[in-house]
Amino acid sequence: MSALPSRFSDWFATRGWQAHPHQLDMLARADEPSLLLIAPTGGGKTLAGFLPTLVELADGGFEGLHTLYVSPLKALAADIRRNLLTPITEMDLPIRVEDRTGDTSSARKKRQRGDPPHILLTTPESLALLVSYEDSPRIFANLQRVVVDEIHALSESKRGDQLMLALSRLQALAPNLRRVGLSATVENPAALAAELARHPDPCPILHADPGPDPDISMLVTDEKPPWAGGGAKYAIPAVLEQVRRHKTTLIFHNTRAQAEIFFHNLWLANDDDLPIGIHHGSLSREQRQKVEAAMVAGALRAVVCTGTLDLGIDWGDVDLIIQIGAPKNVKRLIQRIGRANHRYNAPSKAILVPANRFEIVECVAALEAARERDLDGDPKGPGPRDVLCQHILIRACAGPFLADDLYQEVKSAGAYAALSRAAFDDCLAFCATGGYALRAYDRWQRLKQTDGAWHLRDPRAALRIRMNIGTIQDTDRVKVRWRGRGGAPLGEVEEGFAATLTPGDTFLIGGQVVRYDRMREMIVEVSRRTDKEPRIATFMGTKFATSTQLSQRILRMFQQESWPELPGHTAEWLALQREVSKLPEADRILVETFPDAGRHHVCAYGFAGRNAQQTLGLLLTQRMEVQGLHPLGFVATDYATLIWGLDPVTDPEPLFTPDSLRDDFETWLGGNAVMKRTFRNVATIAGLIERNLPQATRKSGRQATFSSDILYETLMKYEPDHLLLRITREEALRGLVDFGRIEEMLTRTAGRIDHVALERVTPLAAPMFLEMGRVPVAASGAQRLMEEEASRLMALAGLEA
Amino acid sequence: MNAHAFRLAGAELLALPSGGLFWPQEGLLCVSDLHLGKSERVARRRGLMLPPYETRATLARLEADIAATRAGRIVCLGDSFDDLAAGAALDEGDAQWLTRLMAGRDWTWIEGNHDPGPLSLGGTHLAEARVGPLTFRHTASTGAQGEVSGHYHPKCSLAGQSRPAFLCDARRLILPAYGAYTGGLRCTDAVLQALFDDPAIAILTGPRALPVPLPRATRRSA
Repeated sequence: MSALPSRFSDWFATRGWQAHPHQLDMLARADEPSLLLIAPTGGGKTLAGFLPTLVELADGGFEGLHTLYVSPLKALAADIRRNLLTPITEMDLPIRVEDRTGDTSSARKKRQRGDPPHILLTTPESLALLVSYEDSPRIFANLQRVVVDEIHALSESKRGDQLMLALSRLQALAPNLRRVGLSATVENPAALAAELARHPDPCPILHADPGPDPDISMLVTDEKPPWAGGGAKYAIPAVLEQVRRHKTTLIFHNTRAQAEIFFHNLWLANDDDLPIGIHHGSLSREQRQKVEAAMVAGALRAVVCTGTLDLGIDWGDVDLIIQIGAPKNVKRLIQRIGRANHRYNAPSKAILVPANRFEIVECVAALEAARERDLDGDPKGPGPRDVLCQHILIRACAGPFLADDLYQEVKSAGAYAALSRAAFDDCLAFCATGGYALRAYDRWQRLKQTDGAWHLRDPRAALRIRMNIGTIQDTDRVKVRWRGRGGAPLGEVEEGFAATLTPGDTFLIGGQVVRYDRMREMIVEVSRRTDKEPRIATFMGTKFATSTQLSQRILRMFQQESWPELPGHTAEWLALQREVSKLPEADRILVETFPDAGRHHVCAYGFAGRNAQQTLGLLLTQRMEVQGLHPLGFVATDYATLIWGLDPVTDPEPLFTPDSLRDDFETWLGGNAVMKRTFRNVATIAGLIERNLPQATRKSGRQATFSSDILYETLMKYEPDHLLLRITREEALRGLVDFGRIEEMLTRTAGRIDHVALERVTPLAAPMFLEMGRVPVAASGAQRLMEEEASRLMALAGLEA
Repeated sequence: MNAHAFRLAGAELLALPSGGLFWPQEGLLCVSDLHLGKSERVARRRGLMLPPYETRATLARLEADIAATRAGRIVCLGDSFDDLAAGAALDEGDAQWLTRLMAGRDWTWIEGNHDPGPLSLGGTHLAEARVGPLTFRHTASTGAQGEVSGHYHPKCSLAGQSRPAFLCDARRLILPAYGAYTGGLRCTDAVLQALFDDPAIAILTGPRALPVPLPRATRRSA
């Protein structure tokens, strides 16, 4: 296949278009087993991916499923369907296109399995589910092409690994399957190509013209940004003004909670009644679809959103991107900016809005990096084994299999190419028996081997496994509904947040202030707003750590004599910090100690990113506990860790000795909260615990799930070398624990500690007091406070303790 | 011992930090909802392969409490085994361990809703037991006086931490679940709230037993 058939070139011509060179390249190389296209948003990337499919299907001779399109977002699948229908309708092509996501009705899904369309648009989770069906060989027998959209985004999480394992299965079912990946600009295209291709196939990379440099600036307002907080409320009038001046504006936030607050404040100030919507992953499907439809119809002037709108959905004529809060990572910033201006070869326009003074510094650093196209990123580790465990269970749902065959299939996924047979067998043993040294219930094992083939002991287990497919780890969420009147769904909040609500409390969801009435069968029922100020729903949102590259830029800026590139108030703030204490330096650790509100505080500026600073907090509080300083808790940001406790730290140097930090780390790793959280994710993905239960087994109120903390503690005590604990340890080191960046910090600072003891909070430490995500230290200090609180309550109630 | 001393129907009792109840005057240790063999039952019924160590974790805790209290009389308040089959499938080593703990002690198994009359392990099997002013049964009954029961697995939050907890008022006491993998029911749940009159307290388990006034769910008219 090479040239564009005349039917297609005519269609391009009638639209006044010309096919982009990379679209023609994709067509010319359509026979490549794997192909990766790197193109900016708006570069006709999707059409480039689909053009070969449309051409191959144009004569109407093909029966069954030809092309599978996988994207990270449900909304993207729906959007692509709309976009594909234009050429299909206008050229009158005999092609059926359907989407299939978690939002598709079960009747429709059933029909799709019996009679698949030519092009099926789906997500990694829905694909994994399809692969788990016994009739998957029939569904995919004729599959010719798979198009993975936004592969750079999928590759950043376990969803990408799950997808590639599913592709290895598809390739076994349809050996001639060709793979195409579509990606935004990334720092390492070759690594992405290796993930996509069937190992060891080569995967050529095509680069589209990246287009002109984006027009990015930082919002400068008359009103000074606050010292702390992420709300950026001060910028509301300026943001509204920008919305007024542009056709359509996307207002990105780093977290859902911030999006909610900002949207609420925006409405309070929206005197012109500009049509503005809100869109994020915790809102109900109905709410999201309403906003998406209004957006497509061109009825909205702005959408307040989070990462759910990060990817290439075509929302029509977006001509401005506003990023509220500092971008934590330059690559993500560039990708977000690519969302504006879908006219090829016109520069994208974006404005960064720092939410507080420190973020001004971060924004300026990010602007510099963006101008220099200095993309950041960390190399990925090998394919995660908890995802492999889930894949083995999914494979078992589809029917009996031979271990040798599955091992070969798995190794054909790039991320698992180096997987040893022993490691594979460990995962298989875990799926079959739990893989415990104590064989307590062998007769009830999950997978059994008959005549060499592995299969589910109880075929009914397939239902439960299918209900728990996926690698997205939302912390436990509960649904929120209106009380009465059919109880229309509003969205979700975290279970932990719901537990803190008492009737009458108010919070924000979907831009509305609602009042908590009651909890019924794990559903939060709310009614219309009262006059009270809202409490804010605590969505976890994704908190990305500021990249090493950006942190280094900020540290370099701190060493300047003065800061002409910063607004006056921010420059003064840094100067004040320099005067009162010190500015942190790249090759030293600044440690400030000061009392505040009856507690002693230690603030350590390591600039190691949020996750590593959090680990540092856990390690330091553990050492303080040993020293009898009764630490109570800490909070970590991307640049520092603030610890508070009952007693002062007079000499911080011994706290930071590298060797003992490393030793402590090893012993500490076992017992900490981050490990428990990581274990919970790993155990859920690997299928040890279930997130979703069939309706019948759910008891109201009483926990039907198992406490992953207790399972973790039990395993640590009785079988510390169990597969899931090994996975947890490796994962924690890379991700949430990020000890790698602590090591990097220790190397660059080489034991040089600057201790500054003060009488009160310093300018740089002050914002830390308002940070969310405080971590309590479960040790003697906390127990002491609990005991004090208990006796206070008893005394208050007039009871004898 | 970090226990909390309190009285119920005239009996002087100790709530142990482990979740066990000790009655010094009678040398009686009472534990509820051991749910031994839970992982085996979960594997059988739900196909999940939980770490099969909960039985030894629970027995280790029980052994430590028996040693510390030197109790001569043990009352297990029901749901001692996750179900009858779980009892029958008890690992040989664990069964021997349990037999060793029982040896020389007056051991009463109260029937629970999961295990209506457990197996061949010996001991006395009763629907309920009366000792002095106290009645030991699995599930709380209405209008009871001096009643000690289990079944609900109550837990309670204090200063942001949730722990299994004893709940008691002047008439009754409900024990937390003693077993390792047992879930819990918040003490603010309507079912538990309705069982207790004021003043009621919750005694949290943990490093030491901590009494607090029983948190009350605010009730609003519908």
